[in-house]
Amino acid sequence: MKINDIITALNLTLISGKGGISNEITGGYVSDLLSDVIGSASEGNAWITIQTHNNIIAVASLKEISAIIIAKGLQPAEETIRKSESENIPLLSTSESAFTISGRLFELLKKE
Amino acid sequence: MRDFRADLHIHTLLSPCGDLGMSPVNIVSEAAEKGIDIIGITDHNSTRHTALIKRLAARKGIFTMLGAEVTTMEEVHCLTFFENTDTLEKFQEFLDSRLLEIMNDPLFFGDQVVIDEEENIVFNEPRLLTNAIDCSIDDLEKFVHSLGGLFIPAHIDRMKNSIYSQLGFLPEGLKPDAIEISKRSTPSKELVQHPELKNFTLITNSDSHFPGHIGSAMTIFRLENATFSEISLALKGEKGRKVVRQ
Repeated sequence: MKINDIITALNLTLISGKGGISNEITGGYVSDLLSDVIGSASEGNAWITIQTHNNIIAVASLKEISAIIIAKGLQPAEETIRKSESENIPLLSTSESAFTISGRLFELLKKE
Repeated sequence: MRDFRADLHIHTLLSPCGDLGMSPVNIVSEAAEKGIDIIGITDHNSTRHTALIKRLAARKGIFTMLGAEVTTMEEVHCLTFFENTDTLEKFQEFLDSRLLEIMNDPLFFGDQVVIDEEENIVFNEPRLLTNAIDCSIDDLEKFVHSLGGLFIPAHIDRMKNSIYSQLGFLPEGLKPDAIEISKRSTPSKELVQHPELKNFTLITNSDSHFPGHIGSAMTIFRLENATFSEISLALKGEKGRKVVRQ
């Protein structure tokens, strides 16, 4: 599923990283510990987190994560937004909790 | 110049996890007994026990580094130290304004009190000190440095509340004055696993929560005398001042 379809279906806000918008989402991962994401996330994942530090962009880039969804309406740091633009990693936002948005994304991907 | 034995990471009973035996009087007598020259008082998100300990320690010829172990919003623990009561008070005001409004449950977490020399309770912190404060690690580093303080990410080898566990790697542009390795590892082991650490001064401390643990890990500084500015020089490795071993 394309990021654009997920944005529409889950009513997400695109904060930055438009350059990566044509990325395909093939699965998801939920974690706020970057050491865990480095160890366990997979290529093509949408990564759901409340972590907003700019290191999330480098981790997403390293793991070839397709997009980062920031839950609970948290605002990423300026530097995080800047790096998302330069690395073309879409940064998406939702006011919902990580639990709720994960459930909705899971249902959506299951239909594929 | 001579070598000074320092343990810069000691909790008092103000930290909910600090043993009740960690009273200012006990900490100082334990440090004196063990021949420690410099102690760092670093309660979770509070500096409120440092002033009394500094006074008590001075009587025994022990120098006190005034500070706190701050939990950033990424839940990374960082040691912070300040040179004088003026900057320390400014930092305490900052902590008070950024600590989350989540109350402590003393039965679950432990009491969070400040006591005097006679062990009377003089202050009770109602908010849970071990929570994160509303400040990123990068902003904390900048604020500490704006007050002329020292900023030292704590126990970086641990897979809990460390830069590596929370953020995966050292954030670009972060300017630590040193990096702490816990007593569970050694600087040489960490240098093998994380070669980028060779660019930083490494220190080790006990992270004591019990009197018996004080001095169980130390850093040896070569200094002219025990002062904040001498220790700052040693962390930079300037003017012959240095960390001799961890």
